[in-house]
Amino acid sequence: MSVNHQPRPAVSVTTNACKLCTPLGACLAFRGIEGTVPLLHGSQGCSTYIRRYIISHFKEPIDVASSNFSESSAIFGGGVNLATALQNVTAQYHPELIAVASTCLSETIGDDVPLFIRQYRREHPERPPEIIHVSTPSYRGTHMDGFHAAVRAAVDELAEAGAPERRINLFPGLVSPADLRHLKEIMADFGVDYTLLPDYSETLDGEIWQEYQKIAPGGTPLAAIRRTGRAMASFEFSGTIAAEHSTGNLLKERFGISYLQTAMPIGVRACDQFFTKLAEVSGNPIPDCYRKERGRLVDSYVDGHKYIFGKRAVLYGEEDLVVSLAGFLAEIGVIPVLCASGGESGRLAEAVQAAAPEVADRITVRDGADFMDIAELAEKLQPDLIVGNSKGYPLARKLQIPLIRVGFPIHDRLGGQRLLHLGYRGTQALFDRIVNAVIERQQDASPVGYSYM
Amino acid sequence: MVKVLEERKGQIYRKGSEPYAMECGKTSLAGSVSQRACVFCGSRVVLYPIADAIHLVHGPVGCAAYTWDIRGALSSGPELHRLSFSTDLREIEVIHGGEKKLYQSLVELIDRYQPRAAFVYSTCIIGIIGDDVGAVCKRVSAEKGIPVLPVHSEGFKGTKKDGYRAACEALLQLIGTGPAEGIQPHSINILGDFNLAGEVWMIREYYEKMGIQVVATITGDGRVDQIRRAHGAALNLVQCSGSMNHLAKMLKEKYGTPYLQVSYFGIEDMAEALYQVARFFNDTAMMRRTEELVRDEIAAVYPQLLEYRKALTGKKAAIYVGGAFKAFSLVKALRILGMQTAVVGSQTGSSEDYQQLRDLCDEGTVIVDDSNPLELAGFLKEKGVDLFIGGVKERPIAYKMGIGFCDHNHERKIALAGFVGMLNFAREVHGTVCSPIWKLVPRYSCCGGGVADVG
Ligand code: SF4
Repeated sequence: MSVNHQPRPAVSVTTNACKLCTPLGACLAFRGIEGTVPLLHGSQGCSTYIRRYIISHFKEPIDVASSNFSESSAIFGGGVNLATALQNVTAQYHPELIAVASTCLSETIGDDVPLFIRQYRREHPERPPEIIHVSTPSYRGTHMDGFHAAVRAAVDELAEAGAPERRINLFPGLVSPADLRHLKEIMADFGVDYTLLPDYSETLDGEIWQEYQKIAPGGTPLAAIRRTGRAMASFEFSGTIAAEHSTGNLLKERFGISYLQTAMPIGVRACDQFFTKLAEVSGNPIPDCYRKERGRLVDSYVDGHKYIFGKRAVLYGEEDLVVSLAGFLAEIGVIPVLCASGGESGRLAEAVQAAAPEVADRITVRDGADFMDIAELAEKLQPDLIVGNSKGYPLARKLQIPLIRVGFPIHDRLGGQRLLHLGYRGTQALFDRIVNAVIERQQDASPVGYSYM
Repeated sequence: MVKVLEERKGQIYRKGSEPYAMECGKTSLAGSVSQRACVFCGSRVVLYPIADAIHLVHGPVGCAAYTWDIRGALSSGPELHRLSFSTDLREIEVIHGGEKKLYQSLVELIDRYQPRAAFVYSTCIIGIIGDDVGAVCKRVSAEKGIPVLPVHSEGFKGTKKDGYRAACEALLQLIGTGPAEGIQPHSINILGDFNLAGEVWMIREYYEKMGIQVVATITGDGRVDQIRRAHGAALNLVQCSGSMNHLAKMLKEKYGTPYLQVSYFGIEDMAEALYQVARFFNDTAMMRRTEELVRDEIAAVYPQLLEYRKALTGKKAAIYVGGAFKAFSLVKALRILGMQTAVVGSQTGSSEDYQQLRDLCDEGTVIVDDSNPLELAGFLKEKGVDLFIGGVKERPIAYKMGIGFCDHNHERKIALAGFVGMLNFAREVHGTVCSPIWKLVPRYSCCGGGVADVG
């Protein structure tokens, strides 16, 4: 029983990509650090496009600066532009941290960004902001790789050794602000100190403002990132990340901090694993409210199981998310007949297999996918529903089946940033949405138009 | 007063006693968080609505992914423009060159979709790795028998305006390659309308009612074959001046076709856009038909506009849009609604544009070129505006400050051009400015309300 891993057929062109470029992921992650302005080292367009794209999901201001290459910077290098940009960002925003991500342009001309930064620091001894750098050539990997790389770069640069603390590091990956808020609640209920990185729960889903804020309040404090080097354990939600890209692994190698790399806690099984481990590490029992949430969740599984048993879902998105959702869908009796991602870690098939063993032989896994592939496969597979971001809407419309919007981007609906997926509670929300979508579809298709289940 | 970076001071002007002076046309300042996009963006937005052509973005995946179906540009037939094609370059191609992949991608796409033409957009990195995009295009064009046109839109080689230019250049290569037979003497091309929410269909109908043949719409609901014969039209009408003036000028040089600048936003400018054409053809019957048309159209919307005007009189607005020409029309349209423009700016205005804005605006109005979020937020607050008109990147600035907002960019789904468009615009302005929710936001709770009742 193993998944059917179908590599992408040999086509050159990508049609409707199921991924975004690495600098976008880096910008997203950096928005989750307190007092930070992301700065893209490259041409103006990247930053504007990325801002526009992120705004369409979060509907919050997101200022991303650019070093704004011109023709001469492309020829002679972008050092001067970077220095000007650092200076102007400092003057305008007074940030605590400027997080520089390179783009395809600066990477290709071979700009030595760390060197530029060292120079800048030397020339500006008057307490400049912290500056970190992450290398994000857009032609290597996807936005998810950029996201992970940004988190790792921040820890790499800032984590400090010291007396061990009773503290947990939590690297949640690309989840929603609502998920981040929930994780913080869980940590508080467990009674442990923690560093959640990134934390854009406030910066990308904030309140209305009395006064315009230069940098949205919230985010992981720099001091908390420094303390990641002294924690007792790290949790990293990713089903597919390789050791050399893993922040947990970095901390393990450098400071000997143990870490658990798990799929995102979606579904009873994955949540159990997370909560049990959290209890073990923290030395505190699982709080009663979560036992109850778990109980209610399983109770609802019982109430709803018949409506969805054997339903076939097409699932796509970032690899980590796909792995977690596949595990959850399998657990509730829905077969994720297609698990697709634009990512190409090479680990997707294996991770899906591990997450959804009971239906593995009925799953087709396609990595390096675009929406043309997904649509073609979907037409053969005859799914009952689609689970993924807004980009699957044209397909859902064509197949006339429901789209359960999950992940990023959700830019054809309000509230994408407030969708909860994680923990028993998040699973509950997702479960109800899926069952109700199926019921609604049946209801619409019924000649009776029944109003009673 | 709003704090502004030293280097940007010359790009901000307050109408008052001082003589007009404005720096513009500069590249954006590094680190200023400009609202501008890039050369690629300029080309892409102009050519994108041509619906029976392949639009292939040559570069890493980002640029193509971010511009996938973002415009509300409608087509009455094929919809190739709504797909996002990319060569999705990887490291290996960046090292060894992407020509092979480009060639294969083009061949695959043309075989699959049988388009009437293909446009290939070079993004940042192509300029660096030095792919000979022109040569690949030529080769595929010869093999497949359709025009395959390179669009030189490397992001760092200038500003969005240079992207417009590159797009016009590509269009010029198409125009003149089709038959000009069967074109009447009273004929026009519509340039610089992108058929957002079907606007070009409306405009086209007005002109047809006047007895004019529309040869090509460039580029809204555009078709390659129409564009190829566009040189046969007697007159070019340019709406989005920033993007299409260049093409109109080139067509005048090459084919002697005269052109007029028009605007379809607001009833004043819309009516004038029709009269201009009637005057150009100097035909009394046509003029009479135009007068009737304008009278009927205005009569149909005016009573409702007056209703909105009642609720909106005295309110203040800020405008920040891509092209300055649109800003002129907006200032006038807002006036019809009884509103005053307190801040106005654009990403790409020219010196003449800003001078014209100055003449148009009231005392004290802030005029700004290539602004950024912090400046804009500062101006909104300083002027205490009730409404901000801009694009997606401006929206959260307004909303965070508790200010109403209207989209006037290429992503909108509501037609704002034409007479009906003015009514839609008024409805939208009213719907946001007079929403009761503003009574709950800090901007109002501190100064005790002030929102008109919803009519
Ligand atoms: S693909 Fe390259 S040029 Fe395009 S947005 Fe991404 S980093 Fe910028």
